[in-house]
Amino acid sequence: MHLFRGFYLLFHYFCARIRQALFFSKEAMKISNYSIKFFGVLLTCLLTINVFANESTVQEQQGDERISTKVEIEEYILHHLKDSHDFHLVSYTNDAGERVHVGFPLPVILYGNNGITTFMSSEFHHDSDGKVIVEKNGNRFVNYHGKIYELEAGATELALDAEHHPVNASKPLDLSITKSVFGILIAGLLMLWFFSSLARQYKKRNIPKGFGRVLEPLVIYVRDEIARPNIGEKKYKKFTGYLLTVFFFIWILNLMGLTPFGFNVTGQIAVTAALAVFTLIIYVVSGNKDFWGHIFWMPGVPILIRPILAIIELVGTLIIKPFSLLVRLFANISAGHIILMSLIAIMINLKADLGPIGSTALSFGLSLFIFVIELLVAFLQAYIFTMLSALFIGMAVAEHDHEHEHDAHGNEVADAEDIRENFI
Amino acid sequence: METMIPNLVGAGIIVIGAGYGLGKIGGSAMEAIARQPEAANKIQTAMIIIAALLEGLAFGALFLGK
Amino acid sequence: METLLNDFSPGLFVMQTVLLIVLILLMVKFAWKPILNSLSEREEGIQGALDAAEKAKLEMQNLQADNEKLLQEARSERETMLKEARDIKAKMISEAKEEAKDEADKMITQAQAAIEGEKKAAIAEMKATVATLSLEIAEKVLNHELSDKEKQLQLVDQMLGKAKLN
Repeated sequence: MHLFRGFYLLFHYFCARIRQALFFSKEAMKISNYSIKFFGVLLTCLLTINVFANESTVQEQQGDERISTKVEIEEYILHHLKDSHDFHLVSYTNDAGERVHVGFPLPVILYGNNGITTFMSSEFHHDSDGKVIVEKNGNRFVNYHGKIYELEAGATELALDAEHHPVNASKPLDLSITKSVFGILIAGLLMLWFFSSLARQYKKRNIPKGFGRVLEPLVIYVRDEIARPNIGEKKYKKFTGYLLTVFFFIWILNLMGLTPFGFNVTGQIAVTAALAVFTLIIYVVSGNKDFWGHIFWMPGVPILIRPILAIIELVGTLIIKPFSLLVRLFANISAGHIILMSLIAIMINLKADLGPIGSTALSFGLSLFIFVIELLVAFLQAYIFTMLSALFIGMAVAEHDHEHEHDAHGNEVADAEDIRENFI
Repeated sequence: METMIPNLVGAGIIVIGAGYGLGKIGGSAMEAIARQPEAANKIQTAMIIIAALLEGLAFGALFLGK
Repeated sequence: METLLNDFSPGLFVMQTVLLIVLILLMVKFAWKPILNSLSEREEGIQGALDAAEKAKLEMQNLQADNEKLLQEARSERETMLKEARDIKAKMISEAKEEAKDEADKMITQAQAAIEGEKKAAIAEMKATVATLSLEIAEKVLNHELSDKEKQLQLVDQMLGKAKLN
């Protein structure tokens, strides 16, 4: 335990040093002020991640709600993967033996049977077992495993069936500013801030300076390596805005998931589903005659096979493509979070076998390694989502200006390009 | 726990298949790059796309079974 | 599949959709459009500058070729001029030579004629002088000789004797 307190002190010392360094460097060199601040923030984030993780897991060992068994750790990880209605950073038990939660409540907005109801999530008092009932405008709400249920009239408490599904409550449409929505808002504001300042720089100078110099190559990369080659020189301009937005949105949210604030936005299936549906709508709406022609009446195959192929193509286009998009992002990010948290939990699981120092060192080394891989995955998944979106859009808008050759029976002979398209 | 066993076996088979596929993609891409180093960028892009499609398939199967 | 569907939160889906639409619209309006426009403007500027440089290079090459051509022409012109000059020179020299020769010939002839004339005149004068002189001498000699009768006679005798011998 002293070791962790030592870590904690060390962290504060580093923070103070960074702040001090920032202060002096600000005074001394006003030129590189911004970049130093940026790197200071980055460094602080990187330093906090493991320390914060240590804090939350280790200190929860004390007190009544401590997490020390494997089942509890698994529950804790699964709980983290889900969305929550309050912004919870850290919990600990103070000297008086009370459980203290550090964080802040978020507004809950519900569209239920009696219209819209709003209240702050603090009214649930961190309860997620459906015990605390919040009464507003004649509606009674409970929070059961992170989801808010509206109790039916006359019910006094949440009743569950054998499979732990609520029986006397309905789910209202939960439009709350949950942790994920909060993360989305932050990511959106960050993007607006970064890129509108980059846009404003171009009015003054030709080549941006400072942080804009980092952003500009990324924008060019998305445009020249993702949009242009996959969609085609003629039409890529129309879709570049969407692709850029999605790329940076996913990337920033993936990176936010690696900070100790514990966002898991791109690991929410609703978020990835919305992103995939956007891509689906875009390529369905902008699909040209050739695209639909190749789906419903594939040229170059025997007539009898064409209806079967049409079904396969239609399912592939409308369901499998967006499904693979949404599941890939969701699964990669969720898996990353599970692995990272499990490796941090080694500290507790193997404490009996390796002792506090050994288990902490092992956990620290492994989680640092996976953390670096996850940094790469954060970029890679943003890249792949954008890349595949661009590819699907490009397939929908591709122009077939080449003539198909006809064989002796008047059927079109598929050329290499068609075969390649079908394959993809 | 016993009801989980078929799922876990299925997951194992999926992972074997996906691993074989990824290995084949990676190996072929390496060979192709070694043969034509100047086309490395194009090969990498194609490799990532195919790997992503395979990964999507594998994840889809894993989550369908979950 | 069941867990997957259970985890799906319709409210979050709606919020994400709405926020993403707003974000895309805002980003396109305030960020991507100005950024991409400036980028393409800059790229066009660079391309334009490169094209202009290429064009200038071509022009330079053309100019150089022109210069080369002009130089060639000038050179060949000089060549021809030099040749002409040389020809003219040769011609002039030969003409001059011819003329000089003619003149010289003429002069020689004239000179010869003059010499001939002079010679004749000189001869004639000499003849005359010689005649006069001989006459005078003869007169003097005669006078002298005639003064000495004996000698005269002797001479006559001699001469007669010689004449007889002839």
